[in-house]
Amino acid sequence: MKKKKDKISTRNLLAILTVICVTVIALSVTNVISVTPLRKAASVVIVPFQKGINSIGTWVTQQVASFGDVQELSEKVETLEEKVSLLEEENARLSLEQEELEMLRELYQTDSDYQNYDKVAATVISKDPGNWYSTFIIDKGSDDGIKANMNVLGCGGLVGIVTEVGKNWASVRSIMDDSSNVSAMTTTNFDTCIVSGDLTLSDEGLLSFEQMDTDNIVLAGERIVTSNISDKYLSGILIGTIAEIDDDSNNLTKTGTIIPAVDFRKIQTVLVILQLKEQPEM
Amino acid sequence: MRRKIVSIVLIFACFLFQTTLWNVFSFSDIKPNFMLILIVSFAIMHGSRTGMWMGFFSGLLMDLLYGDIFGINALLFLVMGYLVGKMYQVFFDEDIRVAIIAVGICDLLYNIVYFIIKFAFGIRYDFLAYFGHRIVPEIIYTLILTVILYRPFYLINRKLQADEREEQDSPWLLK
Repeated sequence: MKKKKDKISTRNLLAILTVICVTVIALSVTNVISVTPLRKAASVVIVPFQKGINSIGTWVTQQVASFGDVQELSEKVETLEEKVSLLEEENARLSLEQEELEMLRELYQTDSDYQNYDKVAATVISKDPGNWYSTFIIDKGSDDGIKANMNVLGCGGLVGIVTEVGKNWASVRSIMDDSSNVSAMTTTNFDTCIVSGDLTLSDEGLLSFEQMDTDNIVLAGERIVTSNISDKYLSGILIGTIAEIDDDSNNLTKTGTIIPAVDFRKIQTVLVILQLKEQPEM
Repeated sequence: MRRKIVSIVLIFACFLFQTTLWNVFSFSDIKPNFMLILIVSFAIMHGSRTGMWMGFFSGLLMDLLYGDIFGINALLFLVMGYLVGKMYQVFFDEDIRVAIIAVGICDLLYNIVYFIIKFAFGIRYDFLAYFGHRIVPEIIYTLILTVILYRPFYLINRKLQADEREEQDSPWLLK
């Protein structure tokens, strides 16, 4: 750390630090050492700063947004009027489907009563610095009873799963993440499938699903919820609705895309379900 | 001493900016690489040693809180700081074009090498998708921010250098 007093040449210093890094990478990848305690210690220092700056940032965005609003208002009125007429027409059509919806909802309700779970609300305070992951950090941790593998809900449905927990923070991997896989099913026939994040689709705000092994006719608009055979996700949490579905070339399984129930670009507050999926003892 | 404190504050500030203010800065979910701008700028302006240390510590800070392979960012930024610092003797630090080209190349290489290392550890991504949807937008956005941030960094460095020269001139002050 001493820049001028020691006599180590820059090149040797580079070699030493490189060896240190490579060793640390090797040790952490092979799980010889665990970085979790270090991570927790560092988070205790950093998280308060992040909380503070995040609240300033939110305030600034709100101010900027309100300025923009004034200018856009007149334009908005016009577009909204157009929308009203469109919606009125759509409303008439939708009321026809109401009955069918009622039935589906009832079915869905019996299948999913996650309103009964204990939940704790948390605010998203920071996101992963790189563009490689869709993970974020929330401002509640083990102090509020959060544990790893707890399910996280947003407005309307499943957001992700808690991967790591500290004293006053927890990191959440969203289901939009490329490496995320969720076992899911349809609400009408309980056809199971695997829902996963897909980078190309996430730009359009969609998820993909695959391996739906069924002979039933599955249509776009079908609701997808977490399945009861999932090992980490509680069953019956809404993921989204099918946007598109195709038969695979093997004619046995189906793949397609899902419109998630949650708007992943605007996640500010989330709910963490304080109940873990019970797993059989190993 | 003063340089160390300023460097630590800058690393910390850039890190907080990058992780918390995404709703202010990010365009369709792409965050600019503040840390990379900081390291490349100071490596150009103050040589390999500074670039190396700043790279090492900012990388370590990122690894400490995020990511799944501990040490990967520290290593990449360390080497990056060293290599960019080699340009210190060759180019004038006033020239922002040097910084822009260096940041562009570094961001590209950083992402590609990051991908290769992750690939080696068995984490598979669709490279072309990442290239088009993450890497290229990140580079463009980072370059735009380099244009804005390089000048302030340059002024901070010049102030530090002036102070250091003063200290050197006064014989009774131990460095």
